[in-house]
Amino acid sequence: MTSRTIYGTQKTMELICPAGTPSALRAAVEAGSDAVYCGFRNETNARNFPGLNFDDEELREGVAYAHSRAAKVLVALNTFARAGNFGIWQRAAEQAVSAGADALIVADLGLIDWARKAFPEQRIHLSVQAAAATVPAIRFYVEHFGVRRVVLPRVLTVDEIAAIAADGACEIEVFAFGGLCVMAEGRCLLSSYATGESPNMNGVCSPAAHVAYAQEGTDLAARLNGFTIDRYPDGQPAAYPTLCKGRFSCGGKTMHVFEEPTSLNTIEILPALQRAGVSALKIEGRQRGKAYPDSDGARLPRGVGCFAFGAANAIAGAVSIYRR
Amino acid sequence: MSVLPLLPLQFAAARMFQNALAQHPRMASRLGAHALKRFAIDPVDCPFSFILEPKADAPRLTVVPSLADQVYDARIAAPLLVLLGLLDGRYDGDALFFTRDLMIEGDTAAVLALRNAIEEADIDPAEVLGLPKQVAPFVTERYRSLAMHLRQALGAPPEINCGSGSQ
Repeated sequence: MTSRTIYGTQKTMELICPAGTPSALRAAVEAGSDAVYCGFRNETNARNFPGLNFDDEELREGVAYAHSRAAKVLVALNTFARAGNFGIWQRAAEQAVSAGADALIVADLGLIDWARKAFPEQRIHLSVQAAAATVPAIRFYVEHFGVRRVVLPRVLTVDEIAAIAADGACEIEVFAFGGLCVMAEGRCLLSSYATGESPNMNGVCSPAAHVAYAQEGTDLAARLNGFTIDRYPDGQPAAYPTLCKGRFSCGGKTMHVFEEPTSLNTIEILPALQRAGVSALKIEGRQRGKAYPDSDGARLPRGVGCFAFGAANAIAGAVSIYRR
Repeated sequence: MSVLPLLPLQFAAARMFQNALAQHPRMASRLGAHALKRFAIDPVDCPFSFILEPKADAPRLTVVPSLADQVYDARIAAPLLVLLGLLDGRYDGDALFFTRDLMIEGDTAAVLALRNAIEEADIDPAEVLGLPKQVAPFVTERYRSLAMHLRQALGAPPEINCGSGSQ
């Protein structure tokens, strides 16, 4: 049973699903997501990925659709504004508010300040891209800009999350499933070094324009701007070339130098996250392809990637159990 | 294959392509700058390939006997039934690529843009055939059932599970 809650008084964890496209938004809402997050098809969106995202009209239609089914739409304006070109970010905020967005997910201090003054009633969430991970940092955003929720980095432990939540400055949102980024999100110097681009401003840490696959003999080589990130012999599953999860030759050995290619999956610690005071669970993956809701009434968000099907289904099911 | 047998296929493919574009006019804008790219669609088990040019002012789908002499920005290769399944939303492109059932070469960003645009369009086979709405659901259902059985019989990768949710 779903219990829709009002922001600020909720007792259960909200499930927030990615919507890379309007059809993913509709599918996530149909599958029972409490909220979806999405962004514009421009540089105001940290997932400005080829072929994804919304224009103004699509956002209006998406918000209307979600609201007609009691779901919320959170709009990510989570890049850092370029010097001398703040107008793009202002217009995006105006369009999102005008479309009826339930919250703006923002990282840039200037944009937060401007949006707070321009739209005093608008709910503002602090994006993970702002990298606020301590009580003083979060208090700063809450006290000065009225931020209502913070999205925490995904490398924190449950105890660290609980300590932040115990301060009670604002609602706490955490990632429940997706890639496990070990860097300060959006500021990966490794990615910037390899691609010459900002992970915050150019879509992702491995921009598709820099990705190339090449069949070389029996190996498939996955490269990022000419750097070989991994090689996959025939028959071995391949992967998207993410720098920190690559296999490199180092000290005479070929290995995962930075981290194992492990994904984040909180299914087993959901009760602990709820006890820790988490308000909302975010499933990562606006750039993933659509998966499909099942016909058994399980609350599967369709907007998540096929690879995430099982875990997302389980997380969604677990969240719904806590609401009973 | 000689040029002559490709003519009926060219006619049918071009017609279906125009039908799909007419039903989904936002596809080109979703592709952005990638709408100007040339995509080679290569059904590896067929004696022909396609060159897709989705540019908004003059979209074109051309059947070619071989890609050997063609210039393109990206190549997408898989058995025909797999490619049709991608078009029809029966497969997840990422999953197929990672399991090596789909091959891409060239401009990865363009391929992703095309994948995302097609997925957003939710293309219906009956729409592509230009069938009237009265018979479209029946035809789509029959087509999908036939294609699924063919894929199973030929050992193609399993379709995305739309029914049990037990994956």
